Amino acid sequence: MSDAAIGGVPPVREFASAESNRRVRRRYAADRRLQAYGIIAIGLAVGLLGILVTSLVVTGFPAFVQTKVDLATFVDPAKVDPKDPAAGNYRGLVRDALASFMPADATDKQKTEVTKILTSDAPYIVRDYVVSHPDAIGKTITVPIAMSDPFDQLNKGVIPKEVDALSWSQVRYFERLQNRGVVVEEGGRTSLKLDVYVDPAKIEPGPPPTGDCAALARDSLQAYLPDVHDTALFAMLADDAPDAIAKLVASDPNLIGKTVQVSFPFSAPFAELAEGKSPKVPNPRFTPSQIEAFDAMTAKGIVHMPFNWELFFNADSRFPERAGLAGAITGTFLMLLVSFALSFPIGIAAAVYLEEFAPKNRLTDLIEVNINNLAAVPSVVFGLLGLAVFIGFFGLPRSVPLVGGMVMSLITLPTIIIATRAALKSVPPSIREAALGVGASKHQVMLHHVLPLAMPGILTGTIIGMAHALGETAPLLLIGMNAFIPSIENMGILEPATTLPTQIYSWADSPERGFVSRTSAAILVLLGFLVIMNLLAVVLRQRFERKW
Amino acid sequence: MEARPVIRVEAPALPEKQEGALPAEQHALKMAARDVNLWYGEKQALFDVSLDILDSSVTALIGPSGCGKSTFLRCLNRMNDVIEGCTITGDITLDGQDIYAPQVDPVQLRARVGMVFQKPNPFPKSIFENVAYGPRIHGLATSKADLEEIVVTSLTKAGLFEEVKDRLQESGTGLSGGQQQRLCIARAISVNPEVILMDEPCSALDPIATARIEALMDELKENYCIVIVTHSMQQAARVSQRTAFFHLGKLVEVDETAKIFTNPTDVRTQDYITGRFG
Amino acid sequence: MIGYLLLGIIALSVFSYVFARRRAVAAVGGRQHELHSRPAYHGAFVAAWVGIPAFLLVLIWLTLQGPVINTLLLWSLPPGTTDGLDRGQIDLLLSEIRSVAAGNVFGEPSLVVQAAAERYLRWQTIASYAMVVVALSVALLGLLLAFRRIAPKFRARHAAERILNGLLIACSLIAILTTLGILLSLLIEALRFFEKVSPFEFFFGLNWEPQIPIREGQVTAGGAFGAIPVFTGTLLISAIAMLVAIPVGLYSAIYLSEYAHPKFRSVVKPLLELLAGIPTVVYGFFAVLTVAPAMRNFGELIGVPIAPNSALAAGAVMGVMIIPFVSSLSDDAIAAVPRAMRDGSYAMGATKGETITKVLLPAALPGIMGGILLAVSRAIGETMIVVMAAGIIASLTANPLEPVTTVTVQIVTLLIGDTEFDNPKTLAAFALGLVLFLVTLALNVLALRIVRKYREQYE
Repeated sequence: MSDAAIGGVPPVREFASAESNRRVRRRYAADRRLQAYGIIAIGLAVGLLGILVTSLVVTGFPAFVQTKVDLATFVDPAKVDPKDPAAGNYRGLVRDALASFMPADATDKQKTEVTKILTSDAPYIVRDYVVSHPDAIGKTITVPIAMSDPFDQLNKGVIPKEVDALSWSQVRYFERLQNRGVVVEEGGRTSLKLDVYVDPAKIEPGPPPTGDCAALARDSLQAYLPDVHDTALFAMLADDAPDAIAKLVASDPNLIGKTVQVSFPFSAPFAELAEGKSPKVPNPRFTPSQIEAFDAMTAKGIVHMPFNWELFFNADSRFPERAGLAGAITGTFLMLLVSFALSFPIGIAAAVYLEEFAPKNRLTDLIEVNINNLAAVPSVVFGLLGLAVFIGFFGLPRSVPLVGGMVMSLITLPTIIIATRAALKSVPPSIREAALGVGASKHQVMLHHVLPLAMPGILTGTIIGMAHALGETAPLLLIGMNAFIPSIENMGILEPATTLPTQIYSWADSPERGFVSRTSAAILVLLGFLVIMNLLAVVLRQRFERKW
Repeated sequence: MEARPVIRVEAPALPEKQEGALPAEQHALKMAARDVNLWYGEKQALFDVSLDILDSSVTALIGPSGCGKSTFLRCLNRMNDVIEGCTITGDITLDGQDIYAPQVDPVQLRARVGMVFQKPNPFPKSIFENVAYGPRIHGLATSKADLEEIVVTSLTKAGLFEEVKDRLQESGTGLSGGQQQRLCIARAISVNPEVILMDEPCSALDPIATARIEALMDELKENYCIVIVTHSMQQAARVSQRTAFFHLGKLVEVDETAKIFTNPTDVRTQDYITGRFG
Repeated sequence: MIGYLLLGIIALSVFSYVFARRRAVAAVGGRQHELHSRPAYHGAFVAAWVGIPAFLLVLIWLTLQGPVINTLLLWSLPPGTTDGLDRGQIDLLLSEIRSVAAGNVFGEPSLVVQAAAERYLRWQTIASYAMVVVALSVALLGLLLAFRRIAPKFRARHAAERILNGLLIACSLIAILTTLGILLSLLIEALRFFEKVSPFEFFFGLNWEPQIPIREGQVTAGGAFGAIPVFTGTLLISAIAMLVAIPVGLYSAIYLSEYAHPKFRSVVKPLLELLAGIPTVVYGFFAVLTVAPAMRNFGELIGVPIAPNSALAAGAVMGVMIIPFVSSLSDDAIAAVPRAMRDGSYAMGATKGETITKVLLPAALPGIMGGILLAVSRAIGETMIVVMAAGIIASLTANPLEPVTTVTVQIVTLLIGDTEFDNPKTLAAFALGLVLFLVTLALNVLALRIVRKYREQYE
């Protein structure tokens, strides 16, 4: 018996032993660890999503504006015949117009270099303007002309005018030598004080001593960084550095075969680095005359960056500054139209049959299993089907939206069927019974009552299916829907076309730097369409969702 | 199982005319509830419930469905903590200690106050692992042999060992309903609890299985304090020593079982046990 | 031409609908209640008889026209022209004739070809006119036959509904037709491939070099088609993807389903699902633009060379894409574990973490496994990420820092550009496609079965 009975004070026993408390603390620590793993996992996933979106926005954003020059061009009647304005020498016109940004004595080579500031399409832009304004002949016109990709990037600050003279590894080599204490101040300048073994095999005593002093200098430098196998290392030595050895040996031929300390001067960029600056050189992508002309244009205030409407209204082009998405958007639209026209009625019909009329038998079971499995078949397999059946067997043309739409309708059918069945299921039996009760046939009930009520759900499912089709790429590549479409005239469901995702793929594959930014921009446009479609689906669902 | 020292605790000072307070004569006071109110969000489910629960006996909570008896039971081992938006006021003590005090950990509390549910809920593991679960997480066994002993003892106490001794490695979900419930009881007693709460433990079982569980309760009450919620008045009358009648979230009456069923004080209790409502 | 014909058939159907309605009303002298079926059903019945047979005829005609004209062309060629040509060369000849007929002349086509092209054009014209005539006659015939059945007693509603039923069934059968189409087209082309390359070499060969130009008259007349390196590459990349997706997805699911505040969950869950909604071509570009260079720089920093198109980069990005599959299916599986299990565990004095790891996860394991299998099948079939970020050269390596290739990459690279259905390079893509289809199908069936069993367990 406890002492509780003796004293009047209610004894409060320790709720749990110290051992138990320790154990519980450990167990809670494990619990918190699990929770932390969960938060880390979510952080990772959401963080990666953030990085993805950020990197696309950062790289894609510049493509929504385009650097242009308001180039004053004198439409020389000598070069453009007023009777046939389309046939003029517009290349010459543009060249003349650019002359004002060059020194008078510019060579032909320099002139050609400067024309590369503008897009290669510049003559055609001027031509199109003159053809539509024939009265401009003999006058000076000002047409905004897109700059070519490198200069567009230069103007946007994506490519710098000057680049680091030294590579990252060259700076590392320098720092390692600094740590070895061989970078020393001598007589007001920094030099490299190295032990040099004056190899008798490489130098003749002379006099005057002859031999490969440069090799000796390189060998001595290499001896300090034996693990570096990089000729960029030797750029550290000034061109006259070997002379230091020559001078030394000339003064004392006995040094041959011995190891001496020699102070080598640094080459210019490394000397700057030693002073604590970061040495720069002009960007080798541009020539001096180009930079000069570019600066002149900027100074004149005719360079500006308007919103890049051409991204939406131009078709594809080999030149990134002229390339747009109009062809891809049209192709996507045509393909989705075909896909919708096929999969919407077929999907509804199949769903209505399976949900409302089908007897429970092995055939309908088989159909259901098939639909579920088709939803999980890799999309590239549908591309193979399209290639073998639609193109190979039925002989339909390659690259056309009709075939693309047919393949996409097969891909989206399971989604639409499943969504439609869910929508049909959600229509309460009371409605059917009411209609059947007044003598309507099963088909009438279906057509007049159930389908209209289920329509919002069906449309939502269809939009989601279409959004899915909008993002599919692989099957379209197989049926060749990545055609190069430089003009949106003559587009039709039986003409070669490209689509947004395949355009993204083609641009991503292009070597020009400007296409990196365009690709990101195209992706942003694609994501924009997807967001709009999904929002539409959400709105539709909320607007018409009925609680029975 | 060694006998725990019984600690006699004087109940906290009671307000006048506390219906739930009954001086313990043969039995020590194990748990005591004072003025317990409980809300699920906005909705109040318990109103000023005060009830004493005595050791080494069976206390039955009866009442029409939705009267709050299960809710009250779940307060006794803080199972309501798990539910979002549930607030509780008042005191519940176990051996004189407030179980809602900040230094009391529900995890440790539940090791002392075990629970058996309405529907048998064995884990989808082997019979052995089902019973070993509690000792493992609470670190009650120091060796494998220890653990085996605990499992065998618990199964034996739950009256299940003879039936399953050859298939301890088979899944617990493969047993019959009554066996599953006894497995759950074995699981509950595997961690040496002092109180066992049973929430309508027989409602999903057939009469034969029910009889076995009731017999088991009778045995277990020698060493444990048992609180059972039941909708069957016969069962309350058969197994319990004290019965509490709940109605609309209030504790209407609590007394010796014999008295409740023969001579209830409150008219509502009378109406209920005579079958006028329920 | 075809467009106008289809428009014509539709117009004719609409016209017959209106016409038949009138006729039905007239048949009872305007007393509509004397008709067995409402006039609209008479209209629909006749319209269906006009439209459907004609439409089917056009479809069949279009299917057969190509092969028939080809056969006729071959017959019409001067005797001996096709002697000693194999099937591929004959196909080449036919396509030359077609392109000459279309006006795309490269070089100087032979006289035989020019003549054949003229015949081809002529027959094409004849065939399309014939099709119009036949289709319209079938439509008119249908009109005539159906129209004669209009009578007050005629059960037009039943007839129309039977036709509608037939249409509905036909639409549902498209699912089966698609599967059959996939299976047959893959099988046929794959069998043609195995005629040229032995299955033994394909399934067990260690050397995959389909792109290498082969000198004239080489025995195999194609590159090396040992697909083992392709399969191992696929497995390597999928394994890396799952290594990323399983822990991240599973831990996210655990946190979201058990720990997270409902508000947090309602924000984060759609965000995670967003990862699944992003088109894969975007992930591919992301891998090339951001992930691969970042990995390479990191490798340089620690002195490990990482290839720009390493399996690691492609696999990791694919893993990110798959996270939502794993997380949402695991979330469902954990949520499907009955409350009683949680209660049972909490009542034993288990912490939340113990309840999750010792009770919920084991209980949800089949559901989670099913989800992971689906995710694996998704990873194996994923195309754009690997096409853009993984290698093209098949190398037999388990080093994730080196480039490997996958089945889907090979399918796309083998088929991109012009394709002729007769060289082993093209056909190899179909053989790979068959393997891909069968493997993913098996995984899906297995996964769905496991998931269904799991659901039944708790219902």
